[in-house]
Amino acid sequence: MNWDAYRRLKSTAIVWLCGLSVLIALVPLGFILFFVFSQGLLSLNFAFFTSLPAPVGETGGGMANSIIGTLILIGIGALFAIPIGVISGVYAAEFAGTKLATAVQFAADTLNGVPSIVIGIFVYGVAVLPFKQFNAFAGGLALGIMMIPIITRTTEELLKLVPVSLREGALALGATRGRATLTVVLPAAAPGIITGIVLALARIAGETAPLLFTAFNNRFLSMRLDQPISSLTVQVFTYAISPYQDWHRQAWAGALVLVTLVLVCSMLARLATRRLERLQTGQ
Amino acid sequence: MPAFFKRRDLGFALLTGGVGLCLVLLVLAIAFELVRQSQLSIAKFGLSFWTNSVWDPVSGEFGAKPFIWGTMYSSVLALLVASPISLGIAMFLSELCPARLRTPLVFLTELLAAIPSIVYGLWGIFVLVPAVRAVQTHFPEFLRQLPFFTGPRAGIGMMSAVLILAVMVIPFTSAVAREVLKAVPVAQREAAYALGATQWEAIKAALFYARTGIIGAIMLGFGRALGETMAVTMVIGNNPQISLSLFQPQYTMAAVLANEFTEAADELYLHALIEVGLVLFLITLLVNSASRLLIWSMNRPQAARKVTTTELPVGEAA
Repeated sequence: MNWDAYRRLKSTAIVWLCGLSVLIALVPLGFILFFVFSQGLLSLNFAFFTSLPAPVGETGGGMANSIIGTLILIGIGALFAIPIGVISGVYAAEFAGTKLATAVQFAADTLNGVPSIVIGIFVYGVAVLPFKQFNAFAGGLALGIMMIPIITRTTEELLKLVPVSLREGALALGATRGRATLTVVLPAAAPGIITGIVLALARIAGETAPLLFTAFNNRFLSMRLDQPISSLTVQVFTYAISPYQDWHRQAWAGALVLVTLVLVCSMLARLATRRLERLQTGQ
Repeated sequence: MPAFFKRRDLGFALLTGGVGLCLVLLVLAIAFELVRQSQLSIAKFGLSFWTNSVWDPVSGEFGAKPFIWGTMYSSVLALLVASPISLGIAMFLSELCPARLRTPLVFLTELLAAIPSIVYGLWGIFVLVPAVRAVQTHFPEFLRQLPFFTGPRAGIGMMSAVLILAVMVIPFTSAVAREVLKAVPVAQREAAYALGATQWEAIKAALFYARTGIIGAIMLGFGRALGETMAVTMVIGNNPQISLSLFQPQYTMAAVLANEFTEAADELYLHALIEVGLVLFLITLLVNSASRLLIWSMNRPQAARKVTTTELPVGEAA
């Protein structure tokens, strides 16, 4: 009897501890969001989006160049990461079990685990050193390399979720495997894949480390791919470790923009996923 | 006609396979490039690079030991903090949580992974470090005799880095652990309950069944912590020294790269830094491969639910 009571008590205690651990994880999340929003909203103004950084000592200014820079860098990355990611994902799903498909999965997982700063070094070696110049293209390349494995695995996972009957229907009508994949399976998985890509883009937009010595930074508005370019994250870093109050204020504003971007994308993805799930269970 | 179709299909295999091969080549290229760009340092210092603790760019002597120590020590401590919490979260969300709460809670824990590292760092500098400093100034004096608590009470240092790393690792470890627990057959739990087990005893049985996967999840978190750059760089104090103390400012491999790479004036310095990157690459590669093997071996018998380590945890939404 006593033993039973002890066991029940122990079980209840551990259940509560598990619940507590969720709370423990949510406390820092709450704190971070609170500070980013409260500090960020105080500092965010119209000029932040439209002005260039003010010279040292002057208050005001904004991060227009960094916002444009981030968009350009992501654009360059997406340009080659999306096709490579999707196509290699198709291969990994369609030819699953073959040696090369396993190697592709392994490579994607490995690439995903490579620290972002190491990707920065790699790109420095292949796209900065040869030109003796930090440049926007190198930054985009680094971001793209980080995007590829995420897109590959998302595509692969989603293709595997498409009901086999769909593919079999296409094959029964005489389509080749490639045609069945292109015209039936891939479109069926497309909404999910696009969601995954959007999430990957939002995630990569928040990367700093691979840009430090590829795209570097630029205090001026630059759209040239062969020149250093500013990005929100590197600019926030520069401002955060500076000794100036006004720059700290700007850093919080930048952080707010970044976090909002990630939050909005995550929520949109969540909504899209829920609709997809409902569609699938409805079938 | 059939031959024509066949050829078309071969084209499909070649095209997609060719792109897939690019991915494999990319990984090899990264390894190759890291070795090639650090050959000066490799040739000059050899294995002593791993064991020498002098890092002196002026006299051209480079040893990575303090950075390796800083990276390993901060990551291990972060795991000690994060693993029990992550397991608690995984158990709660997969076994105990009311169904209505599950989706929002999963979403919130995933958000922790979505917040950019630089934002963690910014928050670390302006909020966490002052808080840690306050704790350190009120730290009981008799405990300061211990080697873990000696040194300045600056806030900046190992303690802040460990806390921030722990928070950043939690979403990854808990997401994988949750998936692994989901893969445990229901029969396992039912059998435990049929024998009269309490809720915890049933979960314990599931945990035991899933142990390889759980270890894999923890190691995946380890891999994340090893490579984390920005947030750690901003709070760890960037001082190359080997110390057990949580109060001491120290340095990590990723942080020295972030701080010194653009300042490396001569070629040997640059090569030494890139060799630090190579060491980091090798260690994370080892840890991640081991973690993936464990998670795969856990999942092979079930095959129905497959855990991948890539797009977790936000990718789970996809």
